[in-house]
Amino acid sequence: MKNGKRNIFKGGLGQLTIPIVSICLLLLFNLIKGLITKDLSFFSIELVRNNFGNMVLSGNLISIINGASELAVLAMGMTLVTAACGGQDISVGAAAAIAGSMFVKVVKTGSSISGMKVLLAFLAACMIACLFAAFNGTLVAVFKIQPMIATLILYTCGRSIAYWINGGATPTVSSPIISGIGSFIPGVPIPTPVIIVVVMAIIFKLVFHFTSIELFTQSVGINGSAARLNGINSTFIKLLSFIILGVCVAVAGTIGVSRLGLINHETLLLDVEMDTILAVAIGGNSLGGGKFKISGSIIGAYVIQTLTITLYAMKVSSTDVKAFKAIVIIILVVIGSPVVKTWFGKFVGKYFKKNKQLAVKGAE
Amino acid sequence: MQENVLLQMRQIEKSFPGVRALGGVDFTLRKGEIHALMGENGAGKSTLIKILTGVYHMDSGEVRVEGEKVSIHSPQDAQNKGISTVYQEITLCPNITVAENMFIGREKGIWINHKEREKRADEILGKLGIPARAKQQLGSCSLAVQQMVAIARAVDMQCKVLILDEPTSSLDDKEVKMLFDLMRDLKSRGVGIIFVTHFLEQVYEVSDRITVLRNGELVGEYLTEELPQVELVSKMIGKELEELSSMGEGDDKNAEAGEIFYEAEGLSSSETYPFNFNIRKGEVNGFTGLLGSGRSESVRAIFGADKVGGGSVKIKGKPVKITKPIDAMKNGIGYLAEDRKRDGIIAELSVRENIILALQVMNGMFKPISRSEAEAFADEYIKVLNIKTASRETPVGSLSGGNQQKVILARWLLTHPDYLILDEPTRGIDVGTKLEIQKLVLKLAEEGVSVTFISSEVEEMLRTCSRLIVMRDKHIVGELKGSDLNQTQVMKTIAGGEA
Amino acid sequence: MKKYLSLLLVGVLAVACMFTGCAGGGGKKGGAIKVGVVNNPPSESGYREANVKDMEAVFSAENGYELKTAYSLKNDEQLQAAQGFITEGVDYLLISAAETTGWDEVLKKAKEAGIKVYLFDRMIDVDTSLYEAAVVSDMAKEGDTAVQWLLSQNLPEYNVIHIQGAMGSDAQIGRTGALDAQFAAGTMNKVVQQTATWDEAEAKKIVETVINSGESFNVIYAENDGMAKGAVAALDEAGITHGVDGDVIVMGFDCNKWALRELLAGNWNYDGQCSPFQAQIISDLIKGNKTTSEKKIINEEKGFDAKTLTQSDIDTYGLGE
Repeated sequence: MKNGKRNIFKGGLGQLTIPIVSICLLLLFNLIKGLITKDLSFFSIELVRNNFGNMVLSGNLISIINGASELAVLAMGMTLVTAACGGQDISVGAAAAIAGSMFVKVVKTGSSISGMKVLLAFLAACMIACLFAAFNGTLVAVFKIQPMIATLILYTCGRSIAYWINGGATPTVSSPIISGIGSFIPGVPIPTPVIIVVVMAIIFKLVFHFTSIELFTQSVGINGSAARLNGINSTFIKLLSFIILGVCVAVAGTIGVSRLGLINHETLLLDVEMDTILAVAIGGNSLGGGKFKISGSIIGAYVIQTLTITLYAMKVSSTDVKAFKAIVIIILVVIGSPVVKTWFGKFVGKYFKKNKQLAVKGAE
Repeated sequence: MQENVLLQMRQIEKSFPGVRALGGVDFTLRKGEIHALMGENGAGKSTLIKILTGVYHMDSGEVRVEGEKVSIHSPQDAQNKGISTVYQEITLCPNITVAENMFIGREKGIWINHKEREKRADEILGKLGIPARAKQQLGSCSLAVQQMVAIARAVDMQCKVLILDEPTSSLDDKEVKMLFDLMRDLKSRGVGIIFVTHFLEQVYEVSDRITVLRNGELVGEYLTEELPQVELVSKMIGKELEELSSMGEGDDKNAEAGEIFYEAEGLSSSETYPFNFNIRKGEVNGFTGLLGSGRSESVRAIFGADKVGGGSVKIKGKPVKITKPIDAMKNGIGYLAEDRKRDGIIAELSVRENIILALQVMNGMFKPISRSEAEAFADEYIKVLNIKTASRETPVGSLSGGNQQKVILARWLLTHPDYLILDEPTRGIDVGTKLEIQKLVLKLAEEGVSVTFISSEVEEMLRTCSRLIVMRDKHIVGELKGSDLNQTQVMKTIAGGEA
Repeated sequence: MKKYLSLLLVGVLAVACMFTGCAGGGGKKGGAIKVGVVNNPPSESGYREANVKDMEAVFSAENGYELKTAYSLKNDEQLQAAQGFITEGVDYLLISAAETTGWDEVLKKAKEAGIKVYLFDRMIDVDTSLYEAAVVSDMAKEGDTAVQWLLSQNLPEYNVIHIQGAMGSDAQIGRTGALDAQFAAGTMNKVVQQTATWDEAEAKKIVETVINSGESFNVIYAENDGMAKGAVAALDEAGITHGVDGDVIVMGFDCNKWALRELLAGNWNYDGQCSPFQAQIISDLIKGNKTTSEKKIINEEKGFDAKTLTQSDIDTYGLGE
């Protein structure tokens, strides 16, 4: 019993080592830089009164967890698709633009904006996102097309579809309800997108607890043939993973448009698919499918955002940010690769060999 | 004697997290001998081989090749030192020629003289009497010949030590004979051969010496002629083998057991012709026939594993429709697939998750088995089936073959099936586990479970089944029971008119 | 004799040309002027959408035109479309090219066929004899106008957050130039200069980071409306006032209607126009209501100050809804 528990702990941290270490390294870097320049403003969190009279938290750390919200939500869904299908959906950015457009479209019908209507708009966004996700999922699960190829279709045409929904231009909406979703709810100092991420994470946790989706998804991803012979409907599981991602896309799209009360189909969550896939990878999940940890992907999303904000805080030109990001990510991915892991394992093994031997003898 | 020693491994130790795989094992190989390395799954055979070929690195101990201490860092390194391996699964490329396979990765520089190479390949193939031509595509050769080409490649690389890891498991008798001839030929040329296999008869047919491992320890080294087969088995599993002999043949206790449980008429799938089949409650029957005779395809049709063609199926007299595995499962049928790696285990998932999988599927997605319940199930079956694993959370892929098989058995037993189909449950696993599985089958039958059992080893089926359905070329050609259940009769039926 | 013959030939040809010209223009639609427009698709941007709508409104049947359109972001598809219009025999060809190169051949053919070419919005690298006129915006001038306005505010000091568009685009280069000159001259301080590649959310992040670093600033110069909106969102969350009577001056470009409404409400200070309305000018040239000796006609563009903006300005100049 004890042995089992310890292994769970070890196994759990095993996969999360890379994302946790990455985020610690990035924060450590900022700390050291702060100490050298005697300017620790990176870590300061203040309570300020915003222009709508609410007391809200502000600071780089808040910017990070707030800014990474869409990415974190998308990464949760992407993890599931990756695990089940062994491939990634590259159309999430375009699909989020569609969902966001739908959201704005419904909110803008009629004159007044009520909570009911916003909810309706969100459901509409969910519906259209799930519809497109089902399209992707069908191509992947039924027609067995490579996920990246299948989703390339929506990736290419998704933003045009968003444009048709918008009817052109960049429609804007302004309402306290919308800014409540995208920014702050009066009286709550924490940015709402952060709360949404937490809620989504809890929903995922509950879903995994009250269903066996996790076990089935992993089985399908690791060994589809065996899963089938054990009665698992792998087509359904794959489709389901896409539908769940669809809901995540709708949530991310809604957050995205609510932040500014504006939908620009060309720039909403632009290039987010690549960051999402990276978040999944940094989270220690195999991009080839199989075992997964949603928590890893969420931390992965924060790693990416921490990196971006760190670079911005250093006033690295945003054209150069991409190059720096690439360098840091190469380092992270290499550190996380099996080759380095075994090498590191050996290294550690050498120093703790005696300890280990004793433990083994003790176990016997 | 001493100068005759080719390879010496002394006090080899190797541990993996939570498991000690080898604890101070010695192994000696002499020039011109065929040395069988025996042991149950998990005894440490593969670990020892992998250390020798540089896949693993030993924790302590020493390896000497021709008296000289060496350290082997990688498989490439091992080859350079004259140690070559031919694995169970063919690791050559089927879509290029024999010659290319023999020389791939060995060219110095980038210029290749195809003519020269083919000439040389034909020379070696001729010398070793291998029926293949250099220009032939490797994929067009039989499995045995492919294996021989792999050996020829090793021989041409001036190997002193040749490791054959389960070379015969996918060969038929004729091919095995060809392989043995080649091994004897190499032996006469002074090559030392390490032979790893599960087939006891083959060990006695070809080997000179036997080293037995058990639980990562050395049991001993013996001359083959001085070690009777029964004694070898008892050394491998560590207990006297009364049970083996006590399990009488033709145990027909379950012959005319209860009412018919499952009945199929004109059943067919995309892979079979229509056939009739039935099984009674508490009966053990079996499908036999050569590889490719359609025995696996038939049971897959029963389970709904392939696209169903037609036919009617009754369970306990009631017509049912089984078109996919879940239908069969809901009707109380379990199926342990032939290919454990491909169709059985979910390698990266834990023993616990693998055990509860089928039951969970039957319960449905919205009734998850709680963690504590799952742990209890896993612990129970680990104990009942004596599954050797570091813990229930160990990934099943890291277990030995026999233990993986037990995990899958546990998975189906947990669903409490009325009818269990076991396709080659004993292939590639050790003698001890084989016996355990046979006993389990008989015990299940006693408890009223119907079992269909398929095995390549006829004795095994004779020991467990009360009825044998014989197949040839995808057709049922006979059904044997009672006094007909003996080796000769089975062989005759399998071979058909020509016998 | 030969001389007469050749003269005759020329005469016949000229008549033929006139006749075909009349047939193309007159024919079935009762004197409608056939216009082929090769443009970028309206989905490209709010600007383009207004541009396309403007073309459709001006070259309408009521105004005596028969309009044919082709939209593509790809130069080769545009070239094909232009070729198609020439074969169909339009009277005028209006082009906003995806790329500046590769148009020689097609424009020569158009000239041979007697089709008159007008360029709008974007210049093409060809001999000026191949087209009648080009009606374009001058992005550098837009920047100049904006910076001149900013200087006229007479702030004690200028600490500017400069949010750029996609690097290398015409709009970015033009609108950055004027401000860069001020930075170089030392009249304004560059707090940060970052590209947000037209992305609103990115602009917000950039401003957020500056706020978090505690540096002071009093001007946000965003190269389009969307990015200005992103910047303002960051200010709002940090409780920094902006616009007329605010601590920070907010400047945007493009004159979207919603942006102009922000100006009217006093949340922003300035919005620079980038006029997509070239159709009327071209129509005037075609109908001879206007003549020009210049090949390059700069479209008149305004800058709007929140203090002087009126609702009718929004109705007239605002893009979108």
